[in-house]
Amino acid sequence: MLGTGILKGLYITAKNLVGSYYSSERLTTIQYPEQRAQLPENYRNFPFLVYDGEDAIDGLRCTACKMCEKECPPQCIYIIPERDEKGKLQKKPKVFDIDISVCMGCGICAEVCPFESIKMDHHFEVAQRNRFAGLLLHREQLAKSNKYYHSIRPKEATAVDESLAEEKRKAEEKAKAAAAAKEAAAKAAAAKAADAAKAKTDDLEEKKN
Amino acid sequence: MSASSESILEAFPLTIRDWLASVVPLDWLQWLILSLIGIVAILTVFGLTFAFTTVTERKLLGRFQNRLGPNRVRIFGIRVFGFFQPFADAVKALTKEDIVPAAADKVLHFLAPCAMVAFSLLGFAVLPFGKHLSLLSNIDAALLYFFAAGAASELAIFMAGWSSNNKFSLISSMRALAQLISYELPLLLVAVPAVLMAGSLSLTGIVVNQGGDLGILNWNVFTPWGFAGFIIFFIAALAECNRCPFDLPEGESEIIAGYLTEYSGFKYALFFMGEYFGMMSLSGLGVTLFLGGWQAPCAALAFIPSYLWFYAKLIVMILCFIWMRATLLRLRMDQLMRLSWKFLVPLALVNLGTVTFWKYTADWEGGMLVARWLIAIALVILPFISLGKVLSSGLGPRKYRYA
Repeated sequence: MLGTGILKGLYITAKNLVGSYYSSERLTTIQYPEQRAQLPENYRNFPFLVYDGEDAIDGLRCTACKMCEKECPPQCIYIIPERDEKGKLQKKPKVFDIDISVCMGCGICAEVCPFESIKMDHHFEVAQRNRFAGLLLHREQLAKSNKYYHSIRPKEATAVDESLAEEKRKAEEKAKAAAAAKEAAAKAAAAKAADAAKAKTDDLEEKKN
Repeated sequence: MSASSESILEAFPLTIRDWLASVVPLDWLQWLILSLIGIVAILTVFGLTFAFTTVTERKLLGRFQNRLGPNRVRIFGIRVFGFFQPFADAVKALTKEDIVPAAADKVLHFLAPCAMVAFSLLGFAVLPFGKHLSLLSNIDAALLYFFAAGAASELAIFMAGWSSNNKFSLISSMRALAQLISYELPLLLVAVPAVLMAGSLSLTGIVVNQGGDLGILNWNVFTPWGFAGFIIFFIAALAECNRCPFDLPEGESEIIAGYLTEYSGFKYALFFMGEYFGMMSLSGLGVTLFLGGWQAPCAALAFIPSYLWFYAKLIVMILCFIWMRATLLRLRMDQLMRLSWKFLVPLALVNLGTVTFWKYTADWEGGMLVARWLIAIALVILPFISLGKVLSSGLGPRKYRYA
């Protein structure tokens, strides 16, 4: 009959009205500043730099390879590598700035980074009073500990740690093997040289005779 | 004891008014002050009701959608579940920039919100709020006056739409005009039966006619024609005050905010106020015509002053308006027109026949009384079902073939 649909609808909304006072599970909203939703692990907004150890600047994984700077679609990353007195590159960023007023949170920088250094953050309360200086984040503000990385993305961070350890082990093995090979080569060279010297003296003696 | 205390409470507002007026010695000044006090009282009571209706509406809509609704505003650190919200809103509306478009008709643009509030307040003048409480209780054709005053708010809406010089505003005010004119008709037609039964166009007369020994059963809504009339009245009232599901003039999804598009700051708030005043006065009329006005539901409860009964019924009506808003979706323009002209108007006309039958069978007794009720109910239900069948044939349920 005409109108029964409206009555059904009225019944449903009335049920919601009464139910919302009795069961708090019905309430879908969260009272934000006091209560906070658990962000999903893969949530991302702005990038940050991971460091190992205690010192934020010394422990940076970043090697200033500028891969992220090149890949960044809105070009919001700005890097100047560190140089020593002679002008030699130091594999460290001297300046690492990200303008988060430009950043679009695509996460490409985190994907291309070969050193697992730049990662996407969970921090979303980035409002500032100064929209130019306040939103330009420097090396010091971007550097966050590996522990923090573990706290926001436990799964990913563990996998990254494992792969880094594996790489380190491989590198060490390689270095060891290289060192061993070098040593062997040096030995062989020395033996050869000794042989050559001996032969030379032999020759000389033959000439004398 | 009860009789004396009842009369004191009942006449309490009048006693205060007379006492205030008696301070002034001059006769003509006294008359002016008497009127002014009435106006101030209405503005205060309904202004506050408006303020708290807005926050109640927002809170209830939240609850209807399983949310908490606004609960943040606090004054001096006290947070009464966010019920201070209207004061914060008022401060915000007052301090906002008032933008008048360069191409607007400045005078009309300014006049429209004022006219809106003024016209929507006119209706309160004739509503009988209590046994002795009515600003213009001696008007015989109060009902006519009410509808005339109510129709004037269409002018204000069209003024707003036209003066904004904005296509959305103009479209919306056209829509509003079409809607208001179409729904004025069923509204008037269902008011006629109450007049017919009371034999008077005076709202006080209509209320008095609904009193008697039976209490609540004397109210018009508990007769077949009254019930049907009340439903039609309710639907038409929803449309008259542009509320969901008939809020086409303000359809945000199609025409931004309709005739409110070019309004900001306190002018916008005035439109809002006008809309709510209109809603309250129409609810008041509905209470007067069908819900027994200021009559108490039974004699035992008559110790509560009549104006409180009126106010309680008014609040219930407003809550029903909010419930409707929380439930129904906005109609399309053609659906809106069809509902009025093809459904409500014919039913309201049939209802006139029903009430005539009811009036002329008032002296039927015994078995004939049962027959009277049955015939009247049939006169209400049968046209509803058959008209509904005819109108909704071939319309639903919709099959989604490609979804």
